[in-house]
Amino acid sequence: MKSLWRKGFFILIIGLLFLTGCSDKYPVLNPVGPAGEREKNLIVLSAVLMGIVVAVVIALLAFIVYRYRDKPNNKAAYKPNWDDSKILEVVWWAIPIIIIGVLSFYTVRDTFALTKPPKNSGEPITIEVTSLDWKWMFFYPDQDVATVNYIDVPAGRPIQFVLTSDAPINSFWIPALGGQEYTMPGMAMRLWLQANEVGTYTGKGANFSGKHFEDMTFDVNVVKETDFNKWVDKVKDTSHALTKQEYQKLAKPGVIGEKSFSSYPKSIFMDTVNKNGGLYMNNDWMMKDMNKSDEMEGK
Amino acid sequence: MFDRIKSFASDFFVTGEPMIYASDVAIVLVLAAIIFTLTFLKKWKWLWREWITTVDHKKIGIMYLVSALLMMFRGGVDALLMRTQLALPDQNLLDPEHYNQIFTTHGTIMILFMAMPFLFAMFNIAVPLQLGARDVAFPFLNAVSFWLFFFGALLFNLSFVIGGSPDAGWTSYAPLTELGFDKGPGENFYLLGVQISGIGSMATGINFLVTILKMRAPGMKMMRLPLFCWSVVASCVVIIFAFPALTVALALLMIDRIAGAHFFTMLHGGNPMMFLNLFWVWGHPEVYIVVLPAYGIYSEIVSTFSKKKIFGYKTMVISLMIISVVSYFVWAHHYFTMGASAGVNSFFAVASMLIGIPTGVKIFNWLFTMFRGRISMKLPMLWTLAFIPCFAMGGATGIMLAMAPADYQYHNSYFLIAHFHQVLIGGVAFGLLAGMYYWWPKMFGFRLNEALGKWGFWFFNIGFYVCFMPQYLLGFMGMTRRVSTYSADTGWTDFNFISSIGAYLMGIGFLFIVVQVLYSIKYGERDLTGDPWNGRTLEWAIPSPAPHYNFAHIPEVKEVDAWWGMKERGESLVQLNRKKKFTPIHMPKNSGIPFIMAVFFFISGFGFVFGWYWIAALGLLGVAICMIARSNNRNTDYHIPAEEVEETEAAYGRV
Repeated sequence: MKSLWRKGFFILIIGLLFLTGCSDKYPVLNPVGPAGEREKNLIVLSAVLMGIVVAVVIALLAFIVYRYRDKPNNKAAYKPNWDDSKILEVVWWAIPIIIIGVLSFYTVRDTFALTKPPKNSGEPITIEVTSLDWKWMFFYPDQDVATVNYIDVPAGRPIQFVLTSDAPINSFWIPALGGQEYTMPGMAMRLWLQANEVGTYTGKGANFSGKHFEDMTFDVNVVKETDFNKWVDKVKDTSHALTKQEYQKLAKPGVIGEKSFSSYPKSIFMDTVNKNGGLYMNNDWMMKDMNKSDEMEGK
Repeated sequence: MFDRIKSFASDFFVTGEPMIYASDVAIVLVLAAIIFTLTFLKKWKWLWREWITTVDHKKIGIMYLVSALLMMFRGGVDALLMRTQLALPDQNLLDPEHYNQIFTTHGTIMILFMAMPFLFAMFNIAVPLQLGARDVAFPFLNAVSFWLFFFGALLFNLSFVIGGSPDAGWTSYAPLTELGFDKGPGENFYLLGVQISGIGSMATGINFLVTILKMRAPGMKMMRLPLFCWSVVASCVVIIFAFPALTVALALLMIDRIAGAHFFTMLHGGNPMMFLNLFWVWGHPEVYIVVLPAYGIYSEIVSTFSKKKIFGYKTMVISLMIISVVSYFVWAHHYFTMGASAGVNSFFAVASMLIGIPTGVKIFNWLFTMFRGRISMKLPMLWTLAFIPCFAMGGATGIMLAMAPADYQYHNSYFLIAHFHQVLIGGVAFGLLAGMYYWWPKMFGFRLNEALGKWGFWFFNIGFYVCFMPQYLLGFMGMTRRVSTYSADTGWTDFNFISSIGAYLMGIGFLFIVVQVLYSIKYGERDLTGDPWNGRTLEWAIPSPAPHYNFAHIPEVKEVDAWWGMKERGESLVQLNRKKKFTPIHMPKNSGIPFIMAVFFFISGFGFVFGWYWIAALGLLGVAICMIARSNNRNTDYHIPAEEVEETEAAYGRV
């Protein structure tokens, strides 16, 4: 019986090792950017440490249950009143405290690190993201283009996603690039990601937002810098401009495919934020924070 | 006129789904069968006198248990429907709308209408008996709690056939649940059903805390309390401080919905995040409300079935209390991804991991309780032994999830789903089943068949791992929770298929348990000793099932394992019966008011659900009248005559 539990656990561990080997099926374990890489390292560190603890517990359990089973000819010690050992108790208070201490250190370090753009990389690019009922709207303020349900991003440059929602709360997640962040109405929040390998990755809305929420996936095309510029030019040449009226129509609940727009009304993103209650929020701290990181980037 | 009725009926009743029509028919048939049987056997009076009006904690416990098992069935069917839908890609068994309703009701039912009443069943059955008390501190309130839970659950389940089920997740996040996005009555059913049963939960928390503080047998100091009672103390403290947050959250959302306020909307200064905060300020402690008593049950069982004192009693108590306090400082780990500052996330991450320390200590204490003991593999112990590895793994993945940056990748994915099912099933459900097997003879006077129970155990356990281990991997593959279907090119098919097989194995396990109960009612071994497991605490000192007044004479407690100590010294309660004269026993009187009051709550809730305010007002008026009637009733208790006590004890052969 015990062996079965052990088997289950080993399958899990071996499974984990095995997965790290195979490629794009497990985006979380095979990230293509520094944020995802940092998160993966934490996952592996904690999985190994916790794996050891679980293995010890299961081994101890198996040993104890076998040795002290209630059989008439069992020769093992039986001490019905033995209920206290200061040394043992100190040991098993100390072990978890040490493990938690180690994990806490890395957790806090990485929590702070992930709020900043990756070091030693190129010029950041900004993409403003709005989650709608049941589609994603993207604005490129520097390039002045907009897309729906897909993005093209240059490889090797930090991407500053600024997130909001014009619908219920959702969560913006591109597993291959790194962890997610909520999109919330009335707030503009920032998420730093970066992709170093050219390819197409899947992004998704991770937080339930109603009927067609599972259709909120989008492609993330990571391309070389030159190809990115070509793509911007192509969008500018071949698509029409997004108007406020068209945005209103897009914002209505429904499912659509990919779309591109050659330009868009500049204020549309912040208008959305303010319309949904951003007006009432004190967004100053965030803006200051943004400027601070811009300064850091300048240095 | 006829058209109006027709259009009303098509909105009022859930239509257009063959599965629901089938359920309608089943519900009507079952109701008819119940009514017929009761009438035929002339049992209406019996039902009213013995059960509906009872204030006896043992009977209330049994009613909680039956309700919880029924709800486990319904929640389980929901789970199987979901797993069937997800077994293969691009399936159409359930459309997104129904899928959303089903995961919502599954979550709400399993936590609030299965785990909670199951726990309260254990509280009710074991706590007064372990304390050496004759009932809880407030028996009338106890009945009120039960009936509020019952009618809250009924109201929630009614949404299945009338009006439509809620479909915004058991977490019911605003603004998705605000009028702008969710007009139907389903969400109102959720708000009112949970609110009404929540009042009952709050009262239960107060009731049992007071019971344990005030009603202990002479000599039972706090540090001689059985560990289950300590875990109930910890759990009740958490209930008392956490439930008000839920009450407020639900009430404000309801005001938003029925009166057009803007607490959690996006407009006019409302803040949806506030709902998330309030919800999880209750929601995370809620997890500890359900798991702490399970720890207590494991402590009792490990000690009893190892024939050995619990290892580190003091440490067990301290760790319980540490967990109940720290549980208030972890709620934001449910949304590390909300973009809070790094400082906030670090605080909640570290606090969440801290919970792992006392929990880990408890696991080692259980292990070393068995060490140098004699372990017998009866059903309660089997479930306890299965709990340890399962919970160790679930706890380990919990620590992994608590690391905020890693959580950005786990959040809302199947990794999270696998984790919380592993701690809630492996921790809570295993514990409740273990407790049910453990106290069953005390409740009903017979044992449950071991062989059938072992089949159930193995199906359920193997099924559990087959079902949930693949879900960790699905999380790494980027599968998000609450998707109603997926396309084959995601590569998720294999693991989903395996997972669904596991779910069915668990379903078979549950059926075995049902068969086991039915079989044992007829053929189960009768428990004539009152102490079938060679127990250690006072509930095993009295006969099974316990007499109405529990203890003819209340024993004096001299140590932690009071009954074990008495047995070692060759004492028993029978000796006490022989030594001391029987005296009249003061007991609370039955009352129909709890039931009637809960019916009025139900009527009022139903009125609010559909916005029929005259019905809602009528219901509230009824509630008020019930309260006034009770307040003016002085005739609430009586004495069981000494002769009757003696006769009862004699019938058990204990004089």
